[in-house]
This record gives sequence, structure tokens and C-alpha cells, in this order.
Amino acid sequence: MKIYATYNIKGGVGKTTAAVNLAYLSAADGYRTLLWDLDPQGAASFLFRIKPRVKGGGKALIRGTKALDDAIKGTDFEHLDLLPADFTYRNMDLLLGDRDKKATRQIAQLLRPLAGEYEHVFLDCPPSISLVSENVMHAADVLLVPLIPTTLSVRTLDQLTEFVAGFDGRRPEIRAFFSMVDRRKRLHQEITAQLSAERPVVAATTIPALSLIERMSVERAPVAAFAPRSPAARAFRALWTEISPACSKG
Amino acid sequence: MTPDRRVFALDEGDVPAPAGNGSNPVSAVLDVLGETFGVVAEPGAPGSGARQHTWLDTFDWRLNRAGLVLEYEHLRQGGRLLLSKDDVVQAEQPVTGWRSGRPRLAEDLPAGPVRDQILKLASPRALLPMATAAGTVSVTRLLNADGKTVAQLIVDRSTVTQAGQAVPLAPRLAIAEVRGYPGQARRAARLLAETPGVSAAQPSAFLAALHALRRHPDDYSNGVTTEITAQMPASVAVATLLLGLLDTLEQNVDGVLRDIDTEFLHDLRVAARRTRSAIKLLGDALPAGLAAPYAAEFKWLGDLTTPTRDLDVHLLGFGAMAGQLVAASPADLEPFRAFLARRRTREFRRLAAGLRSARFKTLTDHWRKALLEVRDAAGPARRRGVTADDLAVSRTGRMFRRVAAQGAAITPDSAPDLLHDLRKRCKELRYVLEFFAPLHAPVAYRKVVGDLKQLQDCLGEFQDSEVQRHEIGALADEMLAERAAPAATLLAMGEIAANLVHREAEARADFAQRFPRFAGPAGQHRFHALLTRPSR
Repeated sequence: MKIYATYNIKGGVGKTTAAVNLAYLSAADGYRTLLWDLDPQGAASFLFRIKPRVKGGGKALIRGTKALDDAIKGTDFEHLDLLPADFTYRNMDLLLGDRDKKATRQIAQLLRPLAGEYEHVFLDCPPSISLVSENVMHAADVLLVPLIPTTLSVRTLDQLTEFVAGFDGRRPEIRAFFSMVDRRKRLHQEITAQLSAERPVVAATTIPALSLIERMSVERAPVAAFAPRSPAARAFRALWTEISPACSKG
Repeated sequence: MTPDRRVFALDEGDVPAPAGNGSNPVSAVLDVLGETFGVVAEPGAPGSGARQHTWLDTFDWRLNRAGLVLEYEHLRQGGRLLLSKDDVVQAEQPVTGWRSGRPRLAEDLPAGPVRDQILKLASPRALLPMATAAGTVSVTRLLNADGKTVAQLIVDRSTVTQAGQAVPLAPRLAIAEVRGYPGQARRAARLLAETPGVSAAQPSAFLAALHALRRHPDDYSNGVTTEITAQMPASVAVATLLLGLLDTLEQNVDGVLRDIDTEFLHDLRVAARRTRSAIKLLGDALPAGLAAPYAAEFKWLGDLTTPTRDLDVHLLGFGAMAGQLVAASPADLEPFRAFLARRRTREFRRLAAGLRSARFKTLTDHWRKALLEVRDAAGPARRRGVTADDLAVSRTGRMFRRVAAQGAAITPDSAPDLLHDLRKRCKELRYVLEFFAPLHAPVAYRKVVGDLKQLQDCLGEFQDSEVQRHEIGALADEMLAERAAPAATLLAMGEIAANLVHREAEARADFAQRFPRFAGPAGQHRFHALLTRPSR
């Protein structure tokens, strides 16, 4: 089981659209795939038309009184399931911190029993730096970091790389990619070209800022599903193709 | 975790055709579901479209008895095998160049996960087409108020065929649960169940197909399955039992003649041998003079089948035999295998001619007629005299005492013939036990048969090794006479014969251990418990 997590400390950078589309493409390729919507806002759940609610809330999941397995919902797409968001996830930091031992590795532990059932798991992480995100980083094999093309993004990526380098033992691989790229803006062009050339962790594929991607919230489906031949869908397919060999290692 | 599927059958005559929908009764069902759910057809859904598949099993239903269902799905090019348990696919593999209507030995399947899982179970039997279904599958999504798919309606319209018989199946409607939405699937199933003309169906499509063909799994077994009761007159019980054996024998004739696999002949021989033993041990319960003439005819049948079966045994065990070679190489034995195969072809022709002969037909026809007259005889005559249970107790007790006495007389120096003779008596005891199995307490029966089986295994090992060793000697002579025996082959055959001597010695030592366990005080006590009746 390979675990991918979309993470960025900032909100509104395209984490959820990436998680939803990449998980969809993974399933379309025949991999049994699970997407866990860890964001209490429940955007990924909304996009799959699934109610953002888990019986017993995050508490029941973290404490193990409800197995993750029982909370999973089938999406409308073959091989793709979703573990919905719940508003109580806003308190997940407290719940994870409740247990002093291995507080940063509980999500990894919760996912372990699903190893026989899924080949790929995607974690859609809320924007923050918290115990939840630290758990996600410990659980993930690959951290997918969407960056908006600004100089500040470079700083964010550096901070994250440094933070992960400080982990004892196993560390996730970091793969960043530019998201919400406006090709008409010279600054966007310069930053994406320069960084993907200079830093091997930054993918060559960029996800453009397109209204079709925003339309996902109207269609309530991955763009790769409702407009498979669109430039937006092609961009996600290219990104998946570029990152999936790296992710299939180990 | 696999979500549930609830399956229904649609009796098309009973469903009111909806207005403007022609006479499509499935549309009526969709209208009912459409009152509660959004209903969206999905033409390209996985698993939808035209479909043809053939269910396969061995003649004696080995896969079914293990809870497995094997399907051959016909594809545009070739096909694929799907192995399922409890409706969940366990393994699949592509197969090319096989017409699934033809039997095929499990070991002849190409390497793959399905072959791996069934080989041990099915060998040496062939996979036979049990039924073929052809038709179309359509998928409709059932949506909740958010437009989310919460269940699927799967409609399968198929016609089942087997041996030229074609039966249209009632359309099968399945409500497939989407994970995490069991309540919605239950609701859809409830709506379906309440629709006129829709009824709960066999969950397994295979069982539904067999049912349509008026077959059922396990409609063949090589065991003794006759239903007899304790108070049945002994003559009726014995006639019923012999008719059951005749059914088994006749069920195997076609498979033997088509040479589908070796076990048809094996089962035919066992039925013939059981018949001979029943005539010998219980024939006096039938009207005087009825059985004796047939004893000779069944001996003829047994003798007719022996040469081919002996060669089958050699060929089936060939790989194992060659694997035991130390000094010689397995390749040295190839001329021996070729010789055996040629010999089998010749012997099989004789066997087939015998089974097609008027003599065989007369034997089975007359024997059946005679037995039916006894079984169906009415009037006071059949109510008098000994019962089936009387016969069971007296003959089983007698056979046990005979085995105990003969076995006790055997010493480490006794001639092999004495052990062979004891093996025959043990077989007869086993048959008598099996014939009357329904009349015995199951636990006591299992204990006694378990003990006896162990003793039989060891006597069988002894005799088979000895017989095979002599046969290899005789076959070597014949190969020499036909100039078909290179020196390396003869040396390899010699090594095999030496291995068999070793096995004989081991089996003999084993007998010395096992016999006292079977016939000693504990064994006698178990037999006593088996044959004691509360009313006696």
C-alpha cells in the first residue's frame, strides 16, 4: 500500500483538487484506491457527493471504537472509496495528542489494517502545521506539495524539506508541483520554469488555473471524470504519470 | 469487505407492462425504483453488455463440494477462467485455444492462479461443462437526493444451454450495495420484493442455471448413497442398494467410452466390485436363485476392466515413480511410459468393445429388471422375514469376526497371499458397513470405519507394491520380446522394483502395529457398540 498525502501549510493552493483527481486517476488505472478527507471543511467529500459525516466522529476513529473500515463509503467510480470528513476533525489535534505515546504516528497505525484492501491511499490534509499534519507526514510515502507560483512558495517548500529531514527513521519523499498557474503571467512562467529546472523535487508538469477546475464544485466530480479530454484533465493525467513511478518505489 | 448483493427473479408474465413502455417488464421495475431513487442507466458500466460463460466442474463435483465455482468467460479472443467462493472471485487467468464445451484435464490448463488453486483438488479428473449461459447484462445506478450512487440495479437476461437443451432463465435482478450505503440497498431490495412478479432468486447464478436444467450439484457421487431404513424387508433393502450401485455403474459408462478421464473407469469398477460383494455377502436375502447367475457376469465385467485400470494406475503414478529414481534418470523411463501408453490404447479398445457389447447391455438391463421386481414387489410376502437392520447386524458382525480371525493368524513369516486375502475380507467388511451406514449411529460408525480405513491403507500399500513389482517384471519381459527395451530403461525399471520391495517391507511392519489396534479389545468394543441395538 502506497500512501500519498497532499499537503501545504497554506489553504486554497489546490490540495483537494489534486487529491481528488489523482485518486480518481489511480482508480481509473485499476488500483484499489482510498481517499481520506481529513479536512473538517469536507471539500473532497462534497466533490464526491458524500455527506461529510462519520458516525461517532473523529474521536471514535482515533480511539479505535469505530474501525476505519466501517466508515468508508464507495464513490461512484470503480476501485475508488472515500473516508469522509467530519466536522469533529477540527479537534483532531487534541484527539491525537490525547495519547502521549507515539502521538505523531497514530494515523499511520490506523491505516495499517487497510493494507490488504487498498493499493493506493490519498490523504487530503487540512492547511496547517499541527499534530495532524505531522501525523500525515509520518504516514505518507510521498508528500505531494502543491505550490502557487510565488517566491514565498519556495520558502514554504524549503521549510517543509528541512522539517521532514529532521525525522528519525523513515521519511516521506517530497514531490512538489505548481498549481493554479496562469500562463499569461510572466512571473508564473519564470518561477515555474526556474524551479522545476533547479529542483528535482519539483515536477515539470504544472496544473493551470482553469475555470473548468473550479467547475468541479458544480459538477461534483473529478474533472478527469466529467471532462476527460479537457486541458485540465490532461494536466492531472500528466502529473499522475510523472509522479506515479516515483511513488511506486518500495 | 465485499458489499452485499440481493438477487431476485422476474416472472415476466406477472409484471404489469407500464404505459408507453412497450412490453418491457424491466421498465416497470425501474418505474417502481424511480419513485424513490434517481435512476440512471450506465451503458458502459464494468461487467455490462453481452456475456457468455460456461460453468465447469468435475463429474463428481469436486469444486462444488469445496465451495468453489469455476466459470469460463467467453471473450472475443479466447477466454478467461474465474474461480469464486461465496460469489467473491478468488483467482482469474486467461486461457486461449480452448473450446470450453470440451472436457479438459485440470493439469492441461496453462500455468496460472486458477490452475494453482484447483489442480490438487480436481486431478486426475477433467473439467466438464456443466452449463453455459449466454445473454446481456445491464447496469442502472440508483441515486440519492445528492445525485450520489447508493446502489445499482443489475439485470441479467440469459439463456442456459447444456447438451443441446436451451432454457431461457427468468431475468435476474440484483441490487448491488455501494459500500457504506447498506440501508439504501435494503430499501431498493424491499421495493423490488414488493413489485408484482418479482421474487427472491437463487443467489448463485450457477445454481439457478442448474435448476433450470433440472439438475442439482452433487447429483453424482461415487459413494453408496442408497436410502434404506431399519425396518425395510431385507430383500427390498438389498435390491434398493444394488439398484443404486447399478445407477452409479451406468452413469460412468459414457465417460469411460469417451475416455474423458481415468476416474470414470475407476468408479465403474468400484460399483461393479461392490455389486459382486453385495451378491456374495447379502445375495441370499434376495429370492432364491436370483443373484447367482449375475455374480459370474459381474466377474466378467471386472475382468474386462482390469487391464486398462492397471495401466492407468501405472501411468498416473509415473511421475512420482520417476521422481524416486536415484541411480537412473527419469528420462531413462520414457520408453517404458511409451510402452505403457501403447499398451493402454490396445487394452482400452478391448474394454470399449466389451462395454458396447450385447452381453453388457443384457447384463445391466436384466439385472435392473430383476431388482426392480424385488424392490417393488407388493403383498404380505415382502412384510415377513428379516429386516434390513437384522441383516446389517448379523452380516457386519460375521465379517468382523472373520477379519479378526484371519488377521490374528498372520505372522511376520506368513505368505503374501494371506495378507492379500485379508485385504479382500477388509474390503468386504467396509462395503457391508457402507451399505448399511444409514442404520448405524453416526459416531460409532465413523470410529469403526476410521480404524478399518487405516488397516486397509496399510494392506493396500503392501499389495499394490507387490503387484506392481511383479507387473513391472512382466512388462519388462514383454518389452524385451518387442525389442522396445533399452538397457537404461530396464535398469531404471529395476530400481523402481527395488523401491517397491522396500515399500512392501514397510507396509508389512506397519500391519503388525495396526492390526492389534483394529481387532484388539478396544476395536472389538467399538464394533460391539456399533452393532448393539437398544431394543435387542
